[in-house]
Amino acid sequence: MSRTPDVKTYDTMPSAGRRTLNSSRAKNFFLFGAAAVFLVWSYHGAEIDLSQLFSRDSFDQIVVYVKKLFPPDFSTVVVQEALKGTIETFAISLMGTLLAVVIAFTIVFFASRNLIYSGLLYEMEPKQGWKRLLRMVPYLTAKSLLNVLRTIPEMVWALIFVFLVGLGPFPGVLALGVHTGGVLGKLFGEVLEDVDSQPIEALQATGANRLQILFYGILPQVLPQFVSYTLYRWEVNIRVAAVLGLVGAGGLGQRIHIAISLFLEKQLLTLIIAIYILVTIVDYLSAYLRRKMV
Amino acid sequence: MKASGQSLIRPSDRSFFPYLFAALFALAFFDSWRRAGIDLSAFFQPRGRDSLVKFVTGMFPPDLSWNFLSQMLRPALETVQISFWGTLIAVLIGFPLGILGTHTLMVGGILNEAELQGAPVRRALRYGAYFTARAVLSLFRCIPEFVWAFMFVRAVGLGPFPGVLAIGVAYGGMLGKVYSEIFEAVNHRPLEALQAVGANKLQTFFYGWFPQALPNFVSYTLYRWECAVRASAILGLVGAGGLEQQIEISMRMFNFNEVLTILIILFVMVAAVDYLSAKVRAML
Repeated sequence: MSRTPDVKTYDTMPSAGRRTLNSSRAKNFFLFGAAAVFLVWSYHGAEIDLSQLFSRDSFDQIVVYVKKLFPPDFSTVVVQEALKGTIETFAISLMGTLLAVVIAFTIVFFASRNLIYSGLLYEMEPKQGWKRLLRMVPYLTAKSLLNVLRTIPEMVWALIFVFLVGLGPFPGVLALGVHTGGVLGKLFGEVLEDVDSQPIEALQATGANRLQILFYGILPQVLPQFVSYTLYRWEVNIRVAAVLGLVGAGGLGQRIHIAISLFLEKQLLTLIIAIYILVTIVDYLSAYLRRKMV
Repeated sequence: MKASGQSLIRPSDRSFFPYLFAALFALAFFDSWRRAGIDLSAFFQPRGRDSLVKFVTGMFPPDLSWNFLSQMLRPALETVQISFWGTLIAVLIGFPLGILGTHTLMVGGILNEAELQGAPVRRALRYGAYFTARAVLSLFRCIPEFVWAFMFVRAVGLGPFPGVLAIGVAYGGMLGKVYSEIFEAVNHRPLEALQAVGANKLQTFFYGWFPQALPNFVSYTLYRWECAVRASAILGLVGAGGLEQQIEISMRMFNFNEVLTILIILFVMVAAVDYLSAKVRAML
């Protein structure tokens, strides 16, 4: 979960002019007003009732539920089943992430502007409109494909793939791979679009062709970031893989679904503990790999 | 992969690590391949091919009748509302816990040296708060929002409210962790300067830590809001409001044109939130 937010630097001083101050104040008022309206509207729409949460009734209900969860069921059968589910979840997340890398890697080179139609690489090209247009087509196709893959949540993909290939962990792998492929494609594209242009220029000056520039000028720059983003998404995916089973796509989620539906609360707690351990291990593993490789 | 001059790995390590890693990776890969039941021919066999064709042809044209769209309006708005309040609650949970879980703010570093020197009780209390906050955050974070939603449905009943709580708790854990990382990364010079002129803890916080961390806070929180929209759209699966309930119904009834409509709505919604948060970020 350690997507490092980009650090903002203030290189321009805010203007002290009276006019800008007034207009920005009006804007602020407007913004706060809009936010307040939005807040109240959402409060009603989401049927939030905090008094209900802290009322005696539901408090008692929560206490009763939590009491039912304890103690976790550590009998051999349950533990074995949890272990099996954990390994399956791990397998789904690993294969899903790898599939995502494959998808992202095939699409991303068409979806980054500086590689496909504009910028340094194409400066010297004679201005032929139709050629440029021809290049725009794969660019726009790839870009919108990534958008579609990304916007549809994993769960929905899982529902679709369960229909297409049947129950089991395989549709889970496909769902993770396709959605994460879209996400990674976007992240990879951003990395590709702000590579340092000097090595590219140097390579171009020595007469390297575009493929050579890609392999010797661009990829060495971006690979560490690609690896780091992939590991970050793997951390996300292990959490998703743990719940994909709710729609019949294998892993721990399937067992959780069964435990909840059959009111087996003690087994549920065992499975939750299994998720907790698995997620923690993967977080550490990914942090370790990132330190080693990037 | 790495510039050889900057590598911090010891030479003996360096020769050993890649082989071990490759071996483990190959092992994990093949075992996972088998366990995940990967079957590349699935789409080419008659059954998979038929359902693929049925699905794709069934999707077009999308069901844009007014009747269906007006039915979808409410869940779509509900999704936005859930995500908004969920993120708000997440901030309310994540912010205080993030502060308590920041090492340099609570226990370590030059800022706490004078206070904690020779005060074992205070030191123990501080460490206690620090570790508790970290543990709570990691618990909130590691249990997926779906499982939280299940439990809240049991506690407060069906409807959008358990969805709000689930997103609030799960995202609170994530935000708290990132907030504390941002706090760890602030420049310490101004803080030391503030302390040197005699500012107390609260003053140091509000004039030293907070202004430095705020832009990153806002930007990360907005990013999380975008994720929350997607998450709240699918929480309906466990009866916690949102669009997904309808997707599941349409999938099960084989009404694929309705599925496409809902996907389009979702697409538009996420794009709108993306746009809105980009605007807000640009304004800051």
